[in-house]
Amino acid sequence: MATDSAAEALSTESAAVVRQDSAMQRLRRNWSVRIGGVVLLALVFIALAAPLLGTVDPTLFDAGSRDLTPGQSGEITTLDGDSIKHTFIMGSDSFGRDIYSRVLYGTRVSLMVGAFSAVVALVFGILLGLLSGYLRWLDGPLMRVMDGVMAIPAILIAIALVAMWRASLLSVIIAIAIPEIPRVTRLVRSLVLTIREEPYVEAAISLGTPAWKIMLFHILPNTVAPLLVQGTYICAAGILVEAILSFLGVGLPPDIPTWGNIMAEGRVQFVTFPHNVLFPGIFLALTVLAVNILGDGLRDTLDPKMARRS
Amino acid sequence: MTAPDPSGPVLEVRGLSISLPEGGDRTNAVSDVSFTVNRGEIVCLVGESGSGKSVIAQSVMGLLPQTLKVAGGAILLQGEDITHAPVSRLRELRATRMSMVFQEPMTALNPVMTCGEQIDEVLSEHTQLSPTERRAKILATILEVSLPEPERIYASYPHQLSGGQRQRIVIAMALILDPALIIADEPTTALDVTTQAQILQLIRDLQARHGTGVLFITHDFGVVAEIAQRVAVLRLGELVEFGARDEVLKNPQHEYTKMLIRAVPTLAPVDRAADADAPVVLQLKHLSKTYIDRGWLSKKREVHAASDVNLEIRRGQTLGIVGESGSGKSTVARCVVRLIDPTSGEVLLSGEDIATLSPGQLRPLRRKVQIIFQDPYRSLNPRRKVGEAIIEGPLNYGTGRSEAIERARKLMDLVRMDPASLERYPHQFSGGQRQRICIARALAMEPELLIADEAVSALDVSVQAQVLALLEEIRGRLNLAMLFITHDLRVAAQICDHVAVMSQGRVVEYGAATEVFLRPQHEYTRALFAAAPGRNFAFSSGHA
Repeated sequence: MATDSAAEALSTESAAVVRQDSAMQRLRRNWSVRIGGVVLLALVFIALAAPLLGTVDPTLFDAGSRDLTPGQSGEITTLDGDSIKHTFIMGSDSFGRDIYSRVLYGTRVSLMVGAFSAVVALVFGILLGLLSGYLRWLDGPLMRVMDGVMAIPAILIAIALVAMWRASLLSVIIAIAIPEIPRVTRLVRSLVLTIREEPYVEAAISLGTPAWKIMLFHILPNTVAPLLVQGTYICAAGILVEAILSFLGVGLPPDIPTWGNIMAEGRVQFVTFPHNVLFPGIFLALTVLAVNILGDGLRDTLDPKMARRS
Repeated sequence: MTAPDPSGPVLEVRGLSISLPEGGDRTNAVSDVSFTVNRGEIVCLVGESGSGKSVIAQSVMGLLPQTLKVAGGAILLQGEDITHAPVSRLRELRATRMSMVFQEPMTALNPVMTCGEQIDEVLSEHTQLSPTERRAKILATILEVSLPEPERIYASYPHQLSGGQRQRIVIAMALILDPALIIADEPTTALDVTTQAQILQLIRDLQARHGTGVLFITHDFGVVAEIAQRVAVLRLGELVEFGARDEVLKNPQHEYTKMLIRAVPTLAPVDRAADADAPVVLQLKHLSKTYIDRGWLSKKREVHAASDVNLEIRRGQTLGIVGESGSGKSTVARCVVRLIDPTSGEVLLSGEDIATLSPGQLRPLRRKVQIIFQDPYRSLNPRRKVGEAIIEGPLNYGTGRSEAIERARKLMDLVRMDPASLERYPHQFSGGQRQRICIARALAMEPELLIADEAVSALDVSVQAQVLALLEEIRGRLNLAMLFITHDLRVAAQICDHVAVMSQGRVVEYGAATEVFLRPQHEYTRALFAAAPGRNFAFSSGHA
């Protein structure tokens, strides 16, 4: 059909389709993502390389080096009983432990708790949200249970759960993740309810695709962007909750240094030696801020509703 | 401040260029466009999507998005250059000397203010009238746009009015200060055809009475034939043709205009010898779908989306269901695909009733019926490659992967797309291409019945013609039965052997297309035909 091809050439549709930048390209251009990402990468580096950054074992103490102010030199006793010279960059606490080493090792705990509590909350939230959104008869009972969980303050649930189990990294992560699950469930459920009405899901139904495949291959991939954003917020909240638990003395065992228990130990002498609280506090604030900024950047670039507004 | 010049054109656009941000598909949204709108004249700006027609309207109103900049040329409103007028001056001019009617009246009105208050806002902003004077003027204007019971309308919220009534309120708001220029941006596109006819009539009447200049933006040549005095045709931001209506429509000079007008389907049905003895593929017997709205505290409310629908389709034939929004035509389609469960009645697919089958029993039969949806941008999963979408169905029914891919390649040939497209994602394709992919996806199931639910309604007219031709060709080649659902009578006339007209959930007229189109019996069918825009206008006719 000659006329047809001529019409096609003239049709404005045969003009080039606008090339969209991929999500990755947009992410790399976004300043919030850049700043948050760089700070977080630096923190991850600190956590991984803590033994190489001039630290000593964070549990070491020396009665002769108690309450040193930042920058002072002193001695510290190793596990073998040798005394070695050491500069206390961030000073020492009332047991004579090196705060610099404790803060750096504390980074490991905070980042791990943040990341894993987000992962645990997301995994369970996605599972429950998909079930609740797709199986209508399960929706009512499941969501009422979630409402019940949300009615109890998160920190109380966490304290109760840690108290029930032996305090360990795993129990703290789970205790922090559980109160976050209802929020993720709600988010996933609302996304599922919207996406399941999309024509491409209806098309899949008429193609004979079984329900579990529709959930996994059609609905779930389209919830990734908002979930990623939600994940960063859970991560930030998890880091804070862990610090609170440790500060209250109900978190990880006291022999593991965390920002929370460093601050708890420094609290009594805060007026005379503010650095005990200050340095872990700065790290905590910086980490939470970086994670939240990264989350904002992700939301701006990945969420199409936000993208259109700019 | 220049005094308005009463003799000259109301609006003069001179060599207007508007640049797009870098990285777009072209450098200018609008390049070097010039036209005028005189007093008491309706000028239609026609073009397909992306032609820059809305951008021109926005630039005149000073509503351009931040990312677009006027790169050259001038916009003169009654002789005053407003191209780079400050925001304060533009605010004075809006509503008083130029105003705008938007496409979607529901979103153009504030849902938490009554209609009266919203019109009142215009008056209190721009005039010194007292509240009682304002109220009187508003009530008079509501009457002028032919709305009944102005007092009640004044106190109504937008959601309490119908789409047509809302659009009348928007027009009243635009008209109340008697501006010299009204810009109407696709004001009837979101409305049903009978409402559209009334709104077009209203705009024409008011414009004649007030001597207003109207810049009317549309993609529909039927509407152009109905309302325009002069026509400007845009293609990719360039003005390709500008002249009197009859000149442009009957004797188009530019190839693009010719192509567009050729693509407009005619209302005359194509007479095809339909084989009356072909086997029946689908038969609907007394099909009904009732939605029951059981509120917690409110009374039970029943909505009859479809009641007592009886239809049949034979192999190799096309049945069209035409009707306005809410007539129940999509409900019927979705019952046939069993995306929703019918309340009562039978859906006989090659003699087997599928209306009450359980999902398990239904599964082997699903492949016999496939559906193509209206919105090509939402009917493909954005996160799956085109190839995956096409082979999904065959894989579900046990076809081997390599075999399914081989078949997908052949189907891409059939819908005239490059088989290499299988490796790409949906966002890399235009609307028309996506609709072709959806057709290929449906055909991969080797269905007996293909349902097209407004499948060409979201497409530009030139693309619509191509997709219609493709559907027609496939139906013939594969000897498919097709259920074609549309609100567009022109499209139905071109493709259907039989037509069912639906209104409020019922089939009011059902028969051979030639019968229904040439000798409509039911009152509603006649009203529908009478409302079709441009029905009396012979477009330079037909398909070669």
